[in-house]
Amino acid sequence: MKVESLNDTHIDILREIGNIGAGNATTALSKMLNKQVDMNVPEVKIMDFGEVASTLGGEETKVVGILLKLSGDIDGMMMFVLEFNAAKKLINILTGDQGKTSDLNDLEHSAMQEIGNILTGSYLTSLSSLTNLTIKPSVPNLTIDMAGAVLSVPAIEFGKVGDKVLFIETGFKEAENDVTGYYILIPDVPSFKILLESLGVTI
Amino acid sequence: MKTVSKVKIGMAELDIIKKEGILTTLGLGSCVGISLYDKIEKVAGMAHIMLPDSTKISHNENKAKFADTAVPLLILKMEKMGARKSNMIAKLAGGAQMFSFAEKDDTMQVGKRNVIASRKALKKEGIRIVAEDVEKNYGRTIELSAETGKLLVKSIGKEITEL
Repeated sequence: MKVESLNDTHIDILREIGNIGAGNATTALSKMLNKQVDMNVPEVKIMDFGEVASTLGGEETKVVGILLKLSGDIDGMMMFVLEFNAAKKLINILTGDQGKTSDLNDLEHSAMQEIGNILTGSYLTSLSSLTNLTIKPSVPNLTIDMAGAVLSVPAIEFGKVGDKVLFIETGFKEAENDVTGYYILIPDVPSFKILLESLGVTI
Repeated sequence: MKTVSKVKIGMAELDIIKKEGILTTLGLGSCVGISLYDKIEKVAGMAHIMLPDSTKISHNENKAKFADTAVPLLILKMEKMGARKSNMIAKLAGGAQMFSFAEKDDTMQVGKRNVIASRKALKKEGIRIVAEDVEKNYGRTIELSAETGKLLVKSIGKEITEL
């Protein structure tokens, strides 16, 4: 199967998967920060390769990306991405620090990694109980770089099977400090079928 | 200062220009930017390849996506613009490993494999690689000038280098 062959019903269901996963993760984030965090309606983005890099505000935008590889009943990746300044604010809220350097120190680095771990963990746990599928995430890996470079990693995975990329993307916003970020679930192409079928949809 | 027109090359795309202007690729990660230049005719070409080998993949219609098919296509397009293969030189950038997982699996080594495949494809065509800024663990933006053949490489937190 190809990404292009998904119909509207399939897309709706993938959007709902994003809704439940991101909803759970956003609740976890809200508790962690002890602040209200709002979530956007999830988007199922089917893109050409050329569009991928600009999805997070431009190819050269400095972002923090946390990537986990997924295995078990489905294969793929999960990313938690936010602009560098937003990541910095998020860490500052948590640690009470006011650091404004252009890099993350060791403590900030591990704090960010832990935030990513908790949020993607809540996302995947709810996805797992919804679908009754076993999803094993790898240890999260953090990188700070240009959005285009970071997003090339999942894009290349799609490149192996076709010419379109599918992201289940959900944004959140913590209004008081204006922190926005995205959860991106990136199942590989055979895993779409498994995900949809686990919810009783034939494909 | 005169303004120079820039042509942006996205993932799995390639393009050529002649005499003036700049070819650019923003935020190269594990992909490789292959730059070719004929300094006599001042024809510049750039390909943004994502994967090493089209023969390993069933959906391989897009020739610009793979190192082995992008190189001959780029050369052909440049020749149609008046360039000669014997005048061409190559510069490579990209092929980074953006995430460093402990297990060295296939997915994470794709940057390195892209670099090796790009070198191989150029060697097959007899085109000399005069400069490289490849692998490592960071993203790169590149700009190739059709006027001079110079390739600028920009990365976050690093000095701009000229190849």
